[in-house]
Amino acid sequence: MSERFTAQELMVAAAAREIRDGDLVFVGMRLPVLAYGVARNTHAPNARALFELGLLRDRPANAFLGTMGDPPNVAGSLWATGTSSTMALMAQGGVDLGFIGGAEVDRFGNLNTSYIGPPARPQLKLPGSGGGADIAILSQRWVTLMSHERRRLVERVSYVTSPGHGDGSPGWRRRHGLLGGGPAAIVTTLAVLRFPPQGGEAYLTSVHPGVEVAQVQAATGWRLQVGESWTMTEPPSSEELAQIRRLDPDGFWTRRSQ
Amino acid sequence: MSLAQAVERFVPDGAAVAMGCCLEPAIPFAAGHEVIRQRRRDLKLIGPISDSLFDQLIGAGCVAEVVAAWVGNVSEGLGHCYRRAVESRDPRPLTVRDHSNFSISLALWAAAWNSPYIPTPTLLGSDILSGQAALELVDGSVRVGAVRPDVCVLHVQRADAGGRAHTWGPLGVAQEAALAADGVILTCEQLVEPEVILSDPSRVLVPETKVVAVVHEPGGCLPSPLPGYWKRDHAAFREYAALSRTAEGFGRWLREWVLDVPDRAAYLAKLELDPLRVTRRLLAEPADYGYE
Repeated sequence: MSERFTAQELMVAAAAREIRDGDLVFVGMRLPVLAYGVARNTHAPNARALFELGLLRDRPANAFLGTMGDPPNVAGSLWATGTSSTMALMAQGGVDLGFIGGAEVDRFGNLNTSYIGPPARPQLKLPGSGGGADIAILSQRWVTLMSHERRRLVERVSYVTSPGHGDGSPGWRRRHGLLGGGPAAIVTTLAVLRFPPQGGEAYLTSVHPGVEVAQVQAATGWRLQVGESWTMTEPPSSEELAQIRRLDPDGFWTRRSQ
Repeated sequence: MSLAQAVERFVPDGAAVAMGCCLEPAIPFAAGHEVIRQRRRDLKLIGPISDSLFDQLIGAGCVAEVVAAWVGNVSEGLGHCYRRAVESRDPRPLTVRDHSNFSISLALWAAAWNSPYIPTPTLLGSDILSGQAALELVDGSVRVGAVRPDVCVLHVQRADAGGRAHTWGPLGVAQEAALAADGVILTCEQLVEPEVILSDPSRVLVPETKVVAVVHEPGGCLPSPLPGYWKRDHAAFREYAALSRTAEGFGRWLREWVLDVPDRAAYLAKLELDPLRVTRRLLAEPADYGYE
């Protein structure tokens, strides 16, 4: 019954459940690539995947992907094009869900993937936006995945690469002209956090099996609100695990220490 | 023309160079390594993601300025040379002009169309806007200023000696980068007769009038992949990530894979190529251009 799984496998399964059947998903890199494949082969057979280097697919690749640009992701794609063409669909509001990787996220869902410390002389230079800022601003809703640590889930990020709900005040995104609805969930190694539909502050909705609420709060850099009806995150089903292990047979993404 | 001659002639010190335009595949690593061997200095690199190529050029001290959406190592994470350059000015100070993938594409399209800027909703609410004159918030839109490369380097599947080339697969920002640049250097897997290219003009990304050099350089994209030719050499990216963690380790990597290697043929000779080669053909249906 209870198969063993890693934190990454649970995150992939949780991320996959954010995908609704029929969604156009802006996939990004790493774990979300697996999440799309799991969703497409289980509950969302009509979900399509858009990749910022210029690909559209209606099914996962037939072989392992180290990056979205590996040749198995090109073969059998619906459209091979340029970055600006994929961005056209998203700028028109056509992307239902986007995934963004983050190094640091704050209570209002703003992501920093650029600079820890002052940009002129940072303590840590991170790789940058990639397509993250575009997804954050233009997709209908988005989800970020990250390791749950106090230094990553912070009160306010010092640099907003990809805007979430800004300063948390109602209507912040609309006032600033951002087109999409912003962050819907933060999926971490310990829990799932969500945002109210109108924006604002993240709250705890589910903790992963074996994790205590207090442990999640201790690993969060602000006083984390706990939703009234918080639950335990549903563990990955054997069907979901089978899909994950088919897409990542050597555990490159889900079974090596990150 | 050899790659050494093409770099010698068309990538001078201080040049603005667009490379790695397809984000993860078709990255012109051979050309980048030749730039390092020729000890180019003060380059301005322009690109979206370019996997780990920009990190290598920065670590080798070739770069004064980077205009990009992302600099790191796609499957492994951080760009350690990029970190050292920004955090400790090692091996030299680096000016960073941050973009997103969409905004760098628009910056290149603006240059291609000879427009001063293109207005867009992307980057609204992002700190990428702060302190960058080329990204101006006006009337609720972001004006992305044109970014014009002097030269754009692309690795393609096949080309003829006259600068006509076929590319297929995802293109990233390759088309706008090539059109925006003053000149394009092509490195190709196969050098073919002109008839092969002329048989399918829809697969031509950029007109021959833009192309200043064609270099036959099989495997010129490795360790990045190329549809129909090469798989991604994941182990090479992992080894680079591990070694480049320290400046000393990067120096060892640089000597072994770039400085002590005279050219791409010698680089390939160090690899076990068979596992990286795409061997099972998956051919497209020919397109009919009939007219009578």
